[in-house]
Amino acid sequence: MSKQTQHWEKTRTLLFITLAIWFIFSIGIFFFGTEMEASSFRPFGYPLSYYMTCQGSLLAFVILIFWFAGRQEKIDEEFGYTEREGD
Amino acid sequence: MIKGKFIDNLPKVYGIYTGGFIGFIILMAILEQAGVSAKSIGIAFVVFTIAIYAIIGWLSRTLQMDAYYVAGRQVPTVFNGMATAADWMSGASFVAMAGGIYFKGYGYMALLVGWTGGYVLVASLLAPYLRKFGCYTVPDFVGTRYGGNAARLSAVLVLTVASFTYVTAQINATGTIASVALDIPFKLAVYVGLASILLCSMLGGMRAVTWTQVAQYIVLIIAYLLPVFWISNKMGAGFFPHLMLGDEVARIAELEGQFGFVKNSAADLATVPKGLAGITKAHSAVNGTTWGFISLAICMMAGTASLPHVMMRYFTTPSVKSARRSVAWSLLFIFILYSTAPMLATLSKLSLIDPTLSTGIIGKSITDVQALDWYQNWNQAKLMFVSDFNGNGTLELNEFFMGGKAVVLATPEIAGLPYVISGLVAAGGMAAAMSTADGLVLAIANALSHDLYYKIIDPKAEAAKRLIVARVLLVLIGFAGATIAAMGIQGILGSVIWAFDFAMSGLFFPLVLGVWWKRANGPGAVAGMLLGLASGTAYLIWVRNGGSGFWGITQLTFGIVGSLVSLVAMVVVSLLTDEPDKATQAMVDEVRVPSGKTILGKQH
Repeated sequence: MSKQTQHWEKTRTLLFITLAIWFIFSIGIFFFGTEMEASSFRPFGYPLSYYMTCQGSLLAFVILIFWFAGRQEKIDEEFGYTEREGD
Repeated sequence: MIKGKFIDNLPKVYGIYTGGFIGFIILMAILEQAGVSAKSIGIAFVVFTIAIYAIIGWLSRTLQMDAYYVAGRQVPTVFNGMATAADWMSGASFVAMAGGIYFKGYGYMALLVGWTGGYVLVASLLAPYLRKFGCYTVPDFVGTRYGGNAARLSAVLVLTVASFTYVTAQINATGTIASVALDIPFKLAVYVGLASILLCSMLGGMRAVTWTQVAQYIVLIIAYLLPVFWISNKMGAGFFPHLMLGDEVARIAELEGQFGFVKNSAADLATVPKGLAGITKAHSAVNGTTWGFISLAICMMAGTASLPHVMMRYFTTPSVKSARRSVAWSLLFIFILYSTAPMLATLSKLSLIDPTLSTGIIGKSITDVQALDWYQNWNQAKLMFVSDFNGNGTLELNEFFMGGKAVVLATPEIAGLPYVISGLVAAGGMAAAMSTADGLVLAIANALSHDLYYKIIDPKAEAAKRLIVARVLLVLIGFAGATIAAMGIQGILGSVIWAFDFAMSGLFFPLVLGVWWKRANGPGAVAGMLLGLASGTAYLIWVRNGGSGFWGITQLTFGIVGSLVSLVAMVVVSLLTDEPDKATQAMVDEVRVPSGKTILGKQH
């Protein structure tokens, strides 16, 4: 398998993991809106459903993209695809 | 100003700028104490900030092709994040979002989830690859990847429909704010707004828009956060509202239970001025259907990933790696405002409806409320209304009506903050609407000048001529947008959501599959774009004209229909026609490698 194919395979795996986490926080948990509302877990005293819509999911996306960017950079480095900044 | 030096000094330049702006706010506060009228302070805020943007626009003027189209591809990661955040957060986000949350609660929050979740798609599916491509515009990518003028032209068509829907809403918003702050008629204010937008973008294209957007982000974020923190502390609700309003949210739920949501008769509602609404939905409780929430979130996410004015911001970074990181920074800067909006809605609602607070009006006598200064101001501005439907002399929850914009615009005044804050909020709203309008007008004008004029009509045109055409188109599109905005057809938020659905219908799958499916070919992409846009539009028209719709898809989520048709059409047509030639397949392979030369040359 060529270097390029291997790189693309790893990139694709990372994509699937990223999209899976994305799906959970953007769609998955909102199938359980009423369950979240009834939950006794109340971050900062907010109902869980309310908290996820105004901070929780949003924050999860921010962290997810930073994590994704870091992981992808590691993959690129591994295969020697790192660019010099400002070429 | 030397370009290289300017880039190196960015933190210093914007640090001084931020300090200067805070100094200006303090100066205005002092002038207010000295007795300068509220109106003059409002005008000073709007005029001062627009003058700064215009100066930045002038300093960034350029005759270079890649500076005009992609800011010379040297915008550092974090600053591009700020510029994208300003580009993204529109007048709707700034002025209408907190109001939407205030009135609709949980059901509306799908927009917050969608407008942030979409960035995960941008970062993982598209932005780094389109940056590697080295295109000037989104149709540039489509035209080169799929080959041929038909694909390029279809992409220009979708881009224009989506962005134009969006831009009229933004020009409308600049007009609304300018007309309130400067006290001029709306129809005139729309053109004042347009002139300000063109001042920022005409001479320097993307380069000028980038540096004004960074400046606009700083203004809008200060203008949004300062009043919320101030009100929260003044009410004793908590020093840091985001983490400390749990009791307030619970208190609103308690009051809702106590008052109940009384339904008004149609005859009573007919007396309420148009555009105003009462509180009819629970603040924090789950109040909508699961599918309603999820379908809206899906549309906003896919729309985010297909809107060209956002995507083209990532063409301006120095590398593929920085494009990826820049998406993360963009979302962080957006998160700061989005997570504040629900807190503002909470504080605003509680301060109005809690009878134990001095600002509370529910349960007070109607005549007392009508005598309040701020009530009279906002009633005159047609953003507030009370009426004693049941004739008992006291104001009930169902007898109080407000416009969505009032949550952001009026709350500082209701909470008793000095007028300088209201002036600041006006400047922030103006910055938000202008920055988005700039990005959109530029996206349309660049697509028409680069993809339609240069690539299709006159491929031999010289650089100077291309840049003149680009600027003429910019002005024409701006005027067209302003003319339609002046007619005021849709509310600010309605057209914004449509823009996402249009973009999603026509562009989402052609863009994503262009990178992720090598087998996708030109005929497939053309079918995907055109049939997607056409079916989405048809569904919208059908539902608007009383059609019953299916699968619970409304006029706000018609992108689901459009994008599904687009996906099916694209896959079927691609498989029925020849696979892309070897050169195209090699190009897709090359796009997937994050280092090395861009596909398209520096000048093209």
